[in-house]
Amino acid sequence: MIEFDGISKRFPDGTLAVDNFSLRLPSREITVFVGSSGSGKTTLLRMINRMVEPTSGRILIDDEDVASLNPVTLRRRIGYVMQNSGLLPHRTVLQNIATVPLLNRVPKAEAVARAHELMETVGLDSALAKRYPAELSGGQQQRVGVARGLAVNPNILLMDEPFGAVDPIVRRELQEELLRIQRELAKTIVFVTHDIDEAFLLGDHVTILSRGGHVAQHGSPDEILSNPASEFVADFIGADRGRRALTLRQSEGRTLVVDGTGRIAGVLGAETATGPVSVGAGGRDEHLGEITLGTEAADLPGLDTPGELGSSSEAPGVDTTSPNSGELGSENEAPEVDTTSPNSGELGSENEAPEVDTTR
Amino acid sequence: MSWLFENLSDVWALVLTHVALSVPPILLGLIISVPLGWVAHRYRWGRGTLLTIAGLLYTIPSLALIIAMPTILGTQILDPINLIAALTLYAVALLVRTAADAFDQVSPQVLDAATALGYGPWRRFWQVQLPLAGPIIIAGTRVVSSSTVSLVTLGALVGMSGLGYLFTDGTQRSFPFEIGVGIVGTVLIALIFDLIIVLIGKALLPWSRTRRVRNKTNAETLEVTTNA
Repeated sequence: MIEFDGISKRFPDGTLAVDNFSLRLPSREITVFVGSSGSGKTTLLRMINRMVEPTSGRILIDDEDVASLNPVTLRRRIGYVMQNSGLLPHRTVLQNIATVPLLNRVPKAEAVARAHELMETVGLDSALAKRYPAELSGGQQQRVGVARGLAVNPNILLMDEPFGAVDPIVRRELQEELLRIQRELAKTIVFVTHDIDEAFLLGDHVTILSRGGHVAQHGSPDEILSNPASEFVADFIGADRGRRALTLRQSEGRTLVVDGTGRIAGVLGAETATGPVSVGAGGRDEHLGEITLGTEAADLPGLDTPGELGSSSEAPGVDTTSPNSGELGSENEAPEVDTTSPNSGELGSENEAPEVDTTR
Repeated sequence: MSWLFENLSDVWALVLTHVALSVPPILLGLIISVPLGWVAHRYRWGRGTLLTIAGLLYTIPSLALIIAMPTILGTQILDPINLIAALTLYAVALLVRTAADAFDQVSPQVLDAATALGYGPWRRFWQVQLPLAGPIIIAGTRVVSSSTVSLVTLGALVGMSGLGYLFTDGTQRSFPFEIGVGIVGTVLIALIFDLIIVLIGKALLPWSRTRRVRNKTNAETLEVTTNA
């Protein structure tokens, strides 16, 4: 368990990057710090392995104050993956992965064997072992970065926007891969990103940070989506617009789900009206592809008379045969509910007072 | 040509002296410049001060510096130390800036990554920073090597007999062939030094070849395409 206890950080130039931040990150789960630049998310991450020292407050790893530990030895037992991979350009793939074990004086043969093993874990062809980082694609470099982060079999893995610099398709692959690896290895992962979709896809817990390291909201993706704590959060997660602002529309006897851009997101299965349903988009069932029906929405009388919802003017020209449409609630088929985002949003209905308003 | 064969052993002795006078300034210049270059890279004051001094040093006329050396060092006039010290100063003047630039171009992100992995500062310098600055430092050393080998000929004017002796002797005897032998010999030494430095660089910094290899591959591909 990692615990932030009243952490503040003021940089020499006077900027208050983090102001009295306290949070417990549970072991063996992924906690995502998400926020725009200046939210102090990277600063917080770097305090865990003492790349940045807090001005005040304590950070505890399993009840041990990191300030009492030698920073170099501390870093050698914490995995770190960064943007643009941060690979050592003068070391081969294999040498890069074996770097920290060798620093820890693991015998060379053992370190090399482990590195080969890790290449397999992260899905790298062993033919790449002798290549230099410059000879790899961005996605491959990032995989090497992840393998290196796992090389000492650390309990904790820190990931600083690790997939920020690769193209969207490769990013999706890497995200899926990370979830697969996490299902096998169950590390305590702290993941920093500015991408809310990535946060909701990967995070067991998501901490949304506003300027100065203030926690705007902390919770599971479900909790945050169904119950944004403030207008800031609602705006940040895009709850009331775009892909997450889903509405229902009646067409030829079926209920269509329409997103905020007017695109058909899918067809509502009959059973969904009774509560949250996993649509099985091929990832982690708790978050990926799940349409969270807010309780208000589920209980809403309006759902029984979907004709009202169908009057939404946002989706002209509805066509059930559109390639965009998918069968919500179907188990076998990957629905088109959300082709661009790993997460689907809150399914709201037109005549419902949004949650945001009640907390305002 | 017969002159060369008749005097081959003498010329060879001059070559050896020339090499003996050239190597120490190059090595000393390198050893002194790398830490100074690092300071210039790391500290703002260091950059301003060191690079200005280096620039000024290089403007001192070489012959004047060599002649002034005995006074500065308190050595004998014919002591080879004078020449070596003067040429070391020139080597440093050239290399400090290159070394500073070499450290500047090492990606701060890579250094950051090295710290995050658990490199201590000392180990990080030797195993990450210096190797990554290596290719540019090697390039700078090649320049210094050529410049030093050519400057050693000036030693002949103050009694240090490298191949420069063939210039002075040839001039006095109005015998251009001897001067020519001196020039060719100096150039050959410079080329061989350059080759040795390149080979050392390749051995120490194998990764720096990757990009070149790749470009070559690209060029070949391009060639093939054009031919087709």
